[in-house]
Amino acid sequence: MRICIKNGILLDGGKEEKADLYLKDGIIEGLNLGGEVDETYDAIGNIVTPALIDLHAHLREPGQEAKEDLRSGLSAAAAGGYGTVISMANTSPPVDDPDVVASLIAKAEAIGQARLRPAATLSKGLKGEELTDFAALKDAGAVMITDDGIPVVDSHLMRRACEYAAELGLVIQTHSEEPTLRKDGVMNEGVVSQRLGLPGNPVEAESIMIFRDCELALMTGARVHIAHITTERGMKVVEWFKEQGAPVTGEVTPNHLTLTDEVLSNFDPICKVAPPLRTEADRLYLRDAVKRGVVDNIGTDHAPHTRAEKDQDMLNAPFGIANIEVSFPLCYTTLVANNEMSLSNLLELYQAKAAAVMGWDAPSLAVGQAADIVVIDINTEKAVDASQFKSKAKFSPWEGLGLKGWPVATFVRGQKVFS
Amino acid sequence: MTSTQSIPSNIEVQAEAQTEVQALKHKHLLDLQDWTKDEFLQFFNTTDAMADVMKRTIKKVPALQGKTIATLFFENSTRTKLSFERAARAQSADVVSFAAGSSSLSKGESIKDTLLTIDAMQVDAYVVRHVSSGVPHQLTRWTDASIINAGDGRRSHPTQALLDAYTFRQEFNGFDDSGGFEGKKIAIVGDILHSRVARSNIKIWTELGAKVVLCGPRMLLPEELERKNVTLTNSVAEAVEGAHAVMALRMQQERMAGGLLPSLQEYSERYQVNDEMIKLAHDDCIVMHPGPMNREVEISSELADGERSVIEQQVANGVPVRMAVFYSLLVGK
Repeated sequence: MRICIKNGILLDGGKEEKADLYLKDGIIEGLNLGGEVDETYDAIGNIVTPALIDLHAHLREPGQEAKEDLRSGLSAAAAGGYGTVISMANTSPPVDDPDVVASLIAKAEAIGQARLRPAATLSKGLKGEELTDFAALKDAGAVMITDDGIPVVDSHLMRRACEYAAELGLVIQTHSEEPTLRKDGVMNEGVVSQRLGLPGNPVEAESIMIFRDCELALMTGARVHIAHITTERGMKVVEWFKEQGAPVTGEVTPNHLTLTDEVLSNFDPICKVAPPLRTEADRLYLRDAVKRGVVDNIGTDHAPHTRAEKDQDMLNAPFGIANIEVSFPLCYTTLVANNEMSLSNLLELYQAKAAAVMGWDAPSLAVGQAADIVVIDINTEKAVDASQFKSKAKFSPWEGLGLKGWPVATFVRGQKVFS
Repeated sequence: MTSTQSIPSNIEVQAEAQTEVQALKHKHLLDLQDWTKDEFLQFFNTTDAMADVMKRTIKKVPALQGKTIATLFFENSTRTKLSFERAARAQSADVVSFAAGSSSLSKGESIKDTLLTIDAMQVDAYVVRHVSSGVPHQLTRWTDASIINAGDGRRSHPTQALLDAYTFRQEFNGFDDSGGFEGKKIAIVGDILHSRVARSNIKIWTELGAKVVLCGPRMLLPEELERKNVTLTNSVAEAVEGAHAVMALRMQQERMAGGLLPSLQEYSERYQVNDEMIKLAHDDCIVMHPGPMNREVEISSELADGERSVIEQQVANGVPVRMAVFYSLLVGK
């Protein structure tokens, strides 16, 4: 199989070049080679760059296929421009068994959309009591250890997890919220929560737990990745530990870069997410952190639920926003299109820096690299239309919002999986 | 069968009321946030007309004949539900009732499906109570009927606040332009954090020109509620001093479990509204309570049953206030 992506603007780690890109049998063959091809894709006027990496998506399989499954989730990822996705392990049952890890990967390969690199749970059954078999899980293909969705309360367990992960070279990703302080909070605690009469989740529930997790990273030398940082205080803790050389990295989500707690004023649980949407000051601080380069990746925290689940009241509706198909356009529109940062600096957070979090090589367009490519249209503005999502969650907080930077074609394993 | 003299004419009530409710353009009663001072004062005039109906020998008018009102109480209530139903029937509406305990909700049906099921039966208005803030707002997305909030979570309990203010107006003869609220001081004492009554009352009293003092232990007194004409204090004496109305809120036993209170005994020692405290208040001060009361906890029995107490009047006023709500939202639309 030989494909030519012609007339595009190739953007590769900051280097920009107009060229025809040739893909052959799953790898990048070279530039401007000519010759016979099976397929030509005209990318005129568009950006051609390595497919994006999402370190944080809830694909819900096994057990919660009403919300999402591998086929819908990985197709949605491809439509969002992603070539690789790390799936979270808080499924039903949780991914704490090497056989499940292996079967997820096999199934994803058969589906042929975005690549799946599963995370496995840190504790057996997500109970926060006993460690899972990290080594066996790693051998089966798990790339990350995390109880994401449920904070690890037991600091001793977290310490031991860090030690073992450091020995095995695994990344621990943490959902850093102190649950006894978060309590029954369903949104950010503050002026808005008091006005809306909804139980609040204070900023300190996040910053306290981020502090603990960073301390344990420093103590054990483990690679700790702080997922979905939402607060100025939490971000500052990560920055402070980075300055000391702690092996920590930090993620932000498109949710917290574009929305604040004010959007809950219409009482639509569609915007109920954990950790919660924060204040405008927090949002601006996170955007600033992205621009300063102290954030390591933009992870979607794509968290689909059924419409019926989200049609419950604010206390009972589940946490989570489905966003994998709009993540890049959202960030492109609010950060690049208005000249706050360059496109290549934004792409880094989905490519080289995201890969570095995992200890992977930076994806590139060099000859011999995997032919995982995304073509991005940075000119055309298009409104979000969730009814067209490939995700099963066909509703969005950004419905109707005009965005630029839409992925228009995605190639994975040298094959076009979305256009 | 009927004697024209003792039966009020619907036309008469309508004419009386309509002149007063012209400005009440709202379709729903979700909260009081977008109500203006004039709307409150006009609403009280409408309530006066309804109160007159309740004084007649035959306490019924045909204003809502042919209308169907559904009460959806996802959270338990005795007096509020009863009061709404009484108000609906006094205007000849048909009432259908839904209570969470006896319904398919316990079988896992969502609030949306519950609403759609009842909506298929042609309902004109829903009276809704739910433990989660915002449910009345959510329901407006799924029905064309009017939604009347009978209490949602910690957020809002508009008819309670309306009847509280109406009771105050009665006591202070506020039948002039200002309603008698200007420059008055009201103290609300107790669990402010969890109180929808407090949140709705803050809006109505400040809009009408009164000053509100919120009082309770630090754990139950969210500083975010402070604003123009709303002050916070941990001292009951400070709150009550010179007040024209003191409202004690119900202290729930379960608050102790969450570390929000040491013990009811310590609470009552520090925060009970009683005869001794009320001496600091204005000479004409009235004592209110939205019920149900924990006697000797947030309020002393002596005070609750004493001459300053308007607690029974609040309950009585609940019916004409809710009649006025139905009337204002449903008649002539």
